[in-house]
Amino acid sequence: MIKFNIKLLVLSFLLLISLRPLQSAEMVDPIKVDWSFKGLTGTFDRASLQRGFQVYKEVCASCHSMQYLSYRNLGEPGGPEFSEQEVKAIAASFEIEDGPDSQGEMFTRPGKPSDKFKSPYPNVQAATAANGGAYPPDMSVLVKARKGGANYIYSVLVGYEDPPPGVTLDDGVYYNKYMAGNKIKMPNNLMDGLVEYADGTESSVDQMAKDVTTFLAWAAEPELEERHRTGVKVIIYLILLTTLVYLSMKKIWSRVDTEV
Amino acid sequence: MSEHEYVPKSKAGKWFNDRLPLLTLGAHLTDYPTPKNLNYWWTFGGILTFCLITQIVTGIVLAMHYVAHADLAFASVEHIMRDVNYGWLIRYIHSNGASMFFLAVYIHIFRSLFYGSYKSPREVIWIIGLMIYLLMMAAAFMGYVLPWGQMSFWGATVITNLFSAIPLVGDSITTWLWGAYSVDNPTLNRFFSLHYLIPFLILGLVVLHIWALHVPGNNNPVGIDIKKPSKDTVPFHPYITIKDAFALLVFMIIFAGFVFFTPNVLGHSDNYIPANPLVTPAHIVPEWYLLPFYAILRSVPDKLGGVILMFGAIFILFVLPWLDTSKVRSAIFRPIYRQFYWIFVLDVLMLGYVGAMPAEGIYLVLARVGTIYYFAHFIIVMPVVGLLEKTDPIPMSISEPVLTGGAEPSLARKVNDKV
Repeated sequence: MIKFNIKLLVLSFLLLISLRPLQSAEMVDPIKVDWSFKGLTGTFDRASLQRGFQVYKEVCASCHSMQYLSYRNLGEPGGPEFSEQEVKAIAASFEIEDGPDSQGEMFTRPGKPSDKFKSPYPNVQAATAANGGAYPPDMSVLVKARKGGANYIYSVLVGYEDPPPGVTLDDGVYYNKYMAGNKIKMPNNLMDGLVEYADGTESSVDQMAKDVTTFLAWAAEPELEERHRTGVKVIIYLILLTTLVYLSMKKIWSRVDTEV
Repeated sequence: MSEHEYVPKSKAGKWFNDRLPLLTLGAHLTDYPTPKNLNYWWTFGGILTFCLITQIVTGIVLAMHYVAHADLAFASVEHIMRDVNYGWLIRYIHSNGASMFFLAVYIHIFRSLFYGSYKSPREVIWIIGLMIYLLMMAAAFMGYVLPWGQMSFWGATVITNLFSAIPLVGDSITTWLWGAYSVDNPTLNRFFSLHYLIPFLILGLVVLHIWALHVPGNNNPVGIDIKKPSKDTVPFHPYITIKDAFALLVFMIIFAGFVFFTPNVLGHSDNYIPANPLVTPAHIVPEWYLLPFYAILRSVPDKLGGVILMFGAIFILFVLPWLDTSKVRSAIFRPIYRQFYWIFVLDVLMLGYVGAMPAEGIYLVLARVGTIYYFAHFIIVMPVVGLLEKTDPIPMSISEPVLTGGAEPSLARKVNDKV
């Protein structure tokens, strides 16, 4: 009878869980993309990460900061894995403010791999003022900071539409199918052929959105590949150990007349 | 417990043991006679000890890298995730560890409720356990504030504001708790200090919890008093240690599944947005393990009333041993109570669910019904069922499942009296 009740309990609980989508009835579910980094052994598509970085650098970076990333991260395992030379070149293409020097003066110098990504604005207030009162969020952990994660970011990037009849938008506000409330202050910045991919991939809006989302997913979880790899090993180890301990337990408890 | 006094074999051992009987304590812990019929619901005590140690060890390492300052906390967490060697692993173990800790403690508490482990002579174990649970909630709440994300900030704002409901001195108390006129850097600083302190208070209470347990000994699924040591018991080591180890490993597999494959599924995505006092999140929700109490809080239209009911929902558990009038411990022999027990479990799950939903429409109705039932379970069901219920026959001992003629718990008592 206890067993029956536990089943009942589990069933009721599953029912409760299945009701959850009611919560976000006002929002359109984001498009489900079959990302390479999903699943227990998911890894990032290296080429897509490199292309995604290019989209970020040429399009997003003019408004969005990524202050928790360093240029060296671009060459680390599990990421875009640019070569050491490429990372140095990327870093050197930015002018970084440093100082004060021995005279107490601030100065600029070419970036080094150890530098953090250069932000487009000196502070949040400047970024907000320059973007019509809407702060373009820092993108370091953006994928983790949005319900729906990578699917949501991708959906917003491809979700620009003409507003349905009856919806009027203020200047500098755009209609987006997937954005909460459907109103977004970021214009639709992606158009076919906007960037020229170094590897010759055709830069359609969909391709660029996927690439940059992949890049952002890595930026938010640079440990993902190592985490997945370690996780598989840890769980295999634990299952083996559990089996051994289970057998030991059976052996020890065979001395008493109780089931274990 | 055992008949003969433990005597160390070596001279040095005897010399030391005469001065501090640590070896006697060790012998007591290994020999400790434990009912042999304990099921897997009894393994969660050991699992909880593991959870506490895990939280303390990972927490100490995190504290070496974390900066408790409103301007730097969020960045220092990202520093841990990106630059500290295996920082991501340590932080994910710590954050998911909190959830696993609560999962285990809820199973532990509901096991106690089913098998009547809170009843005489184990009331003090139960009360110490509830004090641990209260401290756990305080520690978890303050820990959630430390990353200084949006949910950290607004969760802290909502919870600390509850104290302003206290008449006359409420606002002063709230300001005193904040150390400022809103949740701000001083709040973060003191929360970090307390978050580091509380686990060690819990550790001390855990020692008392186990000490208090070792006086009457374990309850068991049949719920009868047993002779110790006897055919009904096994020594704690190796029988219980190996069984606890097996259960712990199964638990660790689930734990590892969360840490390595869905480390953020139990958290709220808004907490990866840095705290912003000017932007309120659409829905402020606490972590899942506090949701039933959050539902109770919001089910009352009056703020003070909500706060009283929320704290009352926990404090009523302290008097549970005296609200339960049944002489029989285990719900196995209580056909009526058993039904109410499962209704109560569902009620708490439902409260948890509506706690995550907006407090409006059907959810508010469900929250109110759930809250009323929650208290009715303790105030009405427990005393009344205990008095009216006709319990099933109880075995005399674990080894000899000879049933007594009627539902006469005193027979089981008599067995005990002979010991």
